[in-house]
Amino acid sequence: MKVKNIIIYCIVSSLFLFSLVSIWKILSTLQGLEVKNFNFSLIFLIGFIISLSYLILGNKINNKIKSIFFSLAFTFLDSYLIQSLPMWYSIGIFLIVYFFTSKIQKYSKEYLNQEYSSQIVLFDFLTLFGIVLFSFVILFPFYMMLVTSFKTQIALLVNPLDFSINFNQDMKELFKSYFVIFKTYKFGKFILTSSIVSIGTVIITLIFAIPAAYAVARLNFFGKTFLSTSILIIYMFPAIVLVIPLYTVFSQLGLRNSIEGLLIVYTATTLPVAIYMLQGYFKSIPKELEEAAILDRQNWFGIIFKIIIPLSVPAISSVALYVFMIAWNEFLFSLMFLDNPNSFTLSRAIQYLSGDAETPRQYLMAGSVIVTLPVLLIFVYFEKYLVSGLTAGSVKG
Amino acid sequence: MSNKLSKIEKRTAYILTLPAVCLVFAIILFPIFANVWISFKEVGLKDIRIPEPRAKKIVKSISEEPAKIKILYKLRNSSLIQEIRNISFVDKFPKNTKPIDLDERCIFKVNKIRCNFGNWQAKYRENFEIILKSTDGKKIEKKEVKSFKPKLNGKSDNILLSTNFTLKNFKKVLFENEFFDLLSTTFYYTFFGTVGSIIFGVLAAQMVNQKFFGRTFMRSILLFPYVGPVVALAYTWELLLDPNSGTLNSLLINFQIIENPINLLGQKYITFNFFGFDLKLRLALTTVIFFEIWRYFPLAFLFILARLQAVPKELYESADVDGAGPIQKFINITLPQITAVISILFMIRFIWNFNKFEDVFLLTGGASGTRTLPINVYQQGFAISDIGMGSAVSIVIVILLLIFMYFYFHLIGKKANES
Repeated sequence: MKVKNIIIYCIVSSLFLFSLVSIWKILSTLQGLEVKNFNFSLIFLIGFIISLSYLILGNKINNKIKSIFFSLAFTFLDSYLIQSLPMWYSIGIFLIVYFFTSKIQKYSKEYLNQEYSSQIVLFDFLTLFGIVLFSFVILFPFYMMLVTSFKTQIALLVNPLDFSINFNQDMKELFKSYFVIFKTYKFGKFILTSSIVSIGTVIITLIFAIPAAYAVARLNFFGKTFLSTSILIIYMFPAIVLVIPLYTVFSQLGLRNSIEGLLIVYTATTLPVAIYMLQGYFKSIPKELEEAAILDRQNWFGIIFKIIIPLSVPAISSVALYVFMIAWNEFLFSLMFLDNPNSFTLSRAIQYLSGDAETPRQYLMAGSVIVTLPVLLIFVYFEKYLVSGLTAGSVKG
Repeated sequence: MSNKLSKIEKRTAYILTLPAVCLVFAIILFPIFANVWISFKEVGLKDIRIPEPRAKKIVKSISEEPAKIKILYKLRNSSLIQEIRNISFVDKFPKNTKPIDLDERCIFKVNKIRCNFGNWQAKYRENFEIILKSTDGKKIEKKEVKSFKPKLNGKSDNILLSTNFTLKNFKKVLFENEFFDLLSTTFYYTFFGTVGSIIFGVLAAQMVNQKFFGRTFMRSILLFPYVGPVVALAYTWELLLDPNSGTLNSLLINFQIIENPINLLGQKYITFNFFGFDLKLRLALTTVIFFEIWRYFPLAFLFILARLQAVPKELYESADVDGAGPIQKFINITLPQITAVISILFMIRFIWNFNKFEDVFLLTGGASGTRTLPINVYQQGFAISDIGMGSAVSIVIVILLLIFMYFYFHLIGKKANES
């Protein structure tokens, strides 16, 4: 029992160490270092030895001294194996091993004697591994997008692994892709169109959704349950089955290539979820407030404007942010309805850019950064509101 | 009194909901029914433009006679396939002018000319000339003549509104276009995309549910792929996976894991040896599924995390007292708590992945074995320009969707009855 636990602990922890070191090696390779091998067997062996010696040493030596000693030993061994590496790489290795040793401190011989300790060890390391892996896999494409937009065509073709940005060059050179897409490809106009469409959609959706949601939440009328269930069913119908009829009708009405056409479609597709979210919130507002207003001889519009809206600012803002995000990111309808570059939205413009095989990829990535950045900034800043919007509206997407 | 109040209440409710209901019906429900109509017709992309009579007005001064001016109308039928009937033409001239030798199809009355051009065949063209003379002998200003725009009107058949129906589109969709292949690709994509995103969602939720430094930060990062715009993310992935100078292939070659670059998005099949068996994997489709999982696992994560945080702590504490290990706790406490969420998520995500268009379209455009039903709608309707076929495929999607929804609401109803 005990030996099995110790072996499992050593294997799992050294695999974890290996994965940390490997990710560091990948990142260093992308900074132009020549690392050709992960050295799996060797690092695994060292990790195994470190874990085992931690168990044997126990608490006899001060933890900090132990950690520093092992980290230094690992770093020297590593830089001996792979020659001519810069200082920052070794410092990184040192910090990784230091982090690793501080994580394995809590496992002692006594700890591993407990029942299920091997499972706990496994879970602990899986969690740590998951954190590292998930952040790496998720952030890497975003990192790549950003870095590529600062590179030049030649540099990208010569060494696709070189992600280092030369900050010593002129600001004009560094931001060249951005200057080009704004000047040559007129991205300023696309940003404006996208903003008008998204903000317009938010405003119109709210104007339509707030009264409707209030009626569904508060008033009794024939067909109310039918309405609230059909809202959800309608919401499930995907854009792709609407595209052909809408395209034909919009062509005949001359609504293609127009901001109005996009506004109508975006509003209609986001309305169901907006009504659904708002009516849920409106139901939670105490009725007594409205009854007092009715006694004050307020009409329904007065009630909505003076009581409901001021009380449901959080819900309204989360709907607004969610709708904004949907409209800003929307691609299918803008692909179908816009074929004149004068009325392109950002997403459509980037797709149009990529359609030309000659377009250098750094321009494409600069465009991508421009379309992604606002959404991510809004998301990080208003996370609380957006998350509640996402959970409510997440049947779609 | 109360009766009157309830009447007012009803009326207000209808007024408040009407705008939203009308808009949603016009943009979402109407197209679904219109699809049925169009799918039984032979309509191409070029047919949906309404034929218009058009006139281009060119004004020429006659050099010797300033009191006269020549107007040339280049008339044409905008349509290449359809006839326009009963074309009427109206134009205005400046005051104190008069046309001479007027065409017999036209009448001149108080500065206005009205013509009846009869019927125009498809591609019809005519140069129609009028010479204008001023009645008071003054010079006619070119600008003034130009400032009036001629108006043309005509009747034409709208192919979309005619009542010729055919079953041809459905025959083609179901029997000619490798329908089975299309369907299996769609199901493969949908099923594995859904299952994968739920598995990763469970893992991520389980991870974030532990206490560690930077947990809220981690939660926002995990949602990045879901909130980012598809266009940007798809193109970034395309660059990442590019066989010639993509980062992933270069990395794998650098670390000597592969020898030759793999075209992850452009290769239909990859064969590899697995314990003596030759396995054939649909490579491009698998890559697209991985993108799908990467983009949509955050959603599953969000749902499952919310559920996990609502699990009472006492359950785990009593399990600790009973001496249960982490794996037992996960299987016996966590999993039963999240199965309801997972089954709902599965249904919703299944329906949505089934209809996913953008992701596949942007990554591969439907090439190398990634043609799903939604991609086919686009290809039939806009690449091959056969609107009728595109609609027929849409109808197939809608029917499948209704079947899924039936199961979904059935399941929800059952769940609601149980609890």
